[in-house]
Amino acid sequence: MSRFAIQRLGIGFLVLVTIAVIVPIVLVVGTIVVQGLAAINGEFLFSAPRNGMREGGIWPAIVGTFWLTIGTAIFSVPLGVAIAIYLSEYARDNRFTRMIRLAIINLAGVPSIVYGLFGLGLFVLALGFGSSILAGSLTLSIMTLPVIISTAEEALRSVPQSFRTVSISLGGTKWQTIRKVVLPNALPGIITGVILGLERAAGETAPILFTVAAFYLPTLPDSLLDKSMALPYHLFVISTQVPGMPLQLQFGTALVLMAFVLSMTLIATIIRSYYRRKRVW
Amino acid sequence: MNASITEHKRTSLAEFAAERLIRGSGIMAIVFVFLIFAFLLREGLPAFTEVPLDNLFSARWYPIEEYYGILPLIFGSLVVTIGAAIIAMPIGLLTAIFIAEIAPRWLREILKPLIEVVAGIPSVVLGFFGVVILSSLVRETLNLPTGLTAFTGSVILAYMALPTIVSVAEDALDAVPRSYRDAALALGATKWQTIWMVTVKAGKSGILTAMMLGIGRAIGETMAVLMVTGNAARVALEPGALFMPVRTMTATIAAEMGEVAQGSAHFHVLFAIGIVLFVITFLVNLVASFAIFRQSKRSARLLS
Repeated sequence: MSRFAIQRLGIGFLVLVTIAVIVPIVLVVGTIVVQGLAAINGEFLFSAPRNGMREGGIWPAIVGTFWLTIGTAIFSVPLGVAIAIYLSEYARDNRFTRMIRLAIINLAGVPSIVYGLFGLGLFVLALGFGSSILAGSLTLSIMTLPVIISTAEEALRSVPQSFRTVSISLGGTKWQTIRKVVLPNALPGIITGVILGLERAAGETAPILFTVAAFYLPTLPDSLLDKSMALPYHLFVISTQVPGMPLQLQFGTALVLMAFVLSMTLIATIIRSYYRRKRVW
Repeated sequence: MNASITEHKRTSLAEFAAERLIRGSGIMAIVFVFLIFAFLLREGLPAFTEVPLDNLFSARWYPIEEYYGILPLIFGSLVVTIGAAIIAMPIGLLTAIFIAEIAPRWLREILKPLIEVVAGIPSVVLGFFGVVILSSLVRETLNLPTGLTAFTGSVILAYMALPTIVSVAEDALDAVPRSYRDAALALGATKWQTIWMVTVKAGKSGILTAMMLGIGRAIGETMAVLMVTGNAARVALEPGALFMPVRTMTATIAAEMGEVAQGSAHFHVLFAIGIVLFVITFLVNLVASFAIFRQSKRSARLLS
């Protein structure tokens, strides 16, 4: 067999493998969208579950996930961006900086269930927040940090060095340069990173299992120290723990969760490509 | 005059505070890693005194009767992860090669975001899909008593690891200098030969990083595995083990922590499993990050 025949066969095989990767993705998303749409209506979205969750809607779970996402943003965005600024603008290439980077890599690799255990140990038990939106948001925000830090740092570093040089040479201090020149130019990239991080937090189940989640709580949370339902945990419960659960409601819940999360990805992608095109340097 | 002096003072004070805060924030990343480890130790170490070691390292996990053997759980995690790695590593590498080396630009612009969509789908949604559709598919096509097996978990995990493997490996291939390929082609090698003998070899350490990160993701995955692997804790050292229900470390913590009394031996053992998980993923990430460092050092040397 000539080496060109081998090449043709080989490339054909690569095409097949790539199709084998893509087709299931399309099937999964397609099935959930088609089956889930049948369940979506006003009552399903905006009412509380009834009859042991076999009827009614998912409103408390939507509200719970919304507050958890906001809470996560409040804690993780300022800290994540600050660490990114430190790494991009202040840190020298020394042992301390390498340790910080190693720590971030490891935070990114810690299994989500271990974050759940940590949240239970520190926020729920040691600090006495109990199983609450506060404890869950704090747990999720530490899990989200690595994503925010790495994308924000990349955005800060992509601002050309000459911008900083010009600002400093005009008499700006380092902090003025960061605040008035570097941050505004890096903002779209930072926002993209924040959305990607929060999206992960919104879809996670394991970290909130023991820190927030209420199995079946038709009322809405009143305060930060309340337990709450949340979409991912609700989907887990109704697809494994509730016998006789109508399949349609399960698909509907899966669709709402997936749409919530993927629409965040979409927004992040649009922001990124819009500003990439607009960018002049 | 006076006003401008105070103005100047205020900005420098604000600047001082801002710089202090930012410099202080850097250390928080290290603090969190230590905090996580400290709290796992605090709640997990008592397990080693409360439960005899020969019980802890036995092959029987049955907490109701105080059998806390974690071997079946480690075994379960291993089977599911190895299964996922066997599926995801070759597929991921080949897909990365296709995207980086062969696909035309327009196709690449479609394929990359499509694969990244999977990374965005919450694991509980994939688990749900596994329960309602994939498990019955597995049961019927393989003629098994139940579709909730280690294999089902491996398939789902493989797809969850794919986006990581594909995108990191694709970056590694993309970073191989154009001149390497040109040199091979100029010497008369076909594109196919160039890919395997030059590009893949040059991107080796990045590809290794991709594999490690993908596997690291698979070991720690919880919800999808909890939902589709059938949750039977046993050690079955036989070829068919892949097609039987198993129970992983992560799934055990997720399933049982909600129901144990706080401070009981069972509670502490679950935290001890968390320590094992933390250490394993820590080591995997350490190896992966060393591969990254080595690669960046090499490229720095080439550029200088």
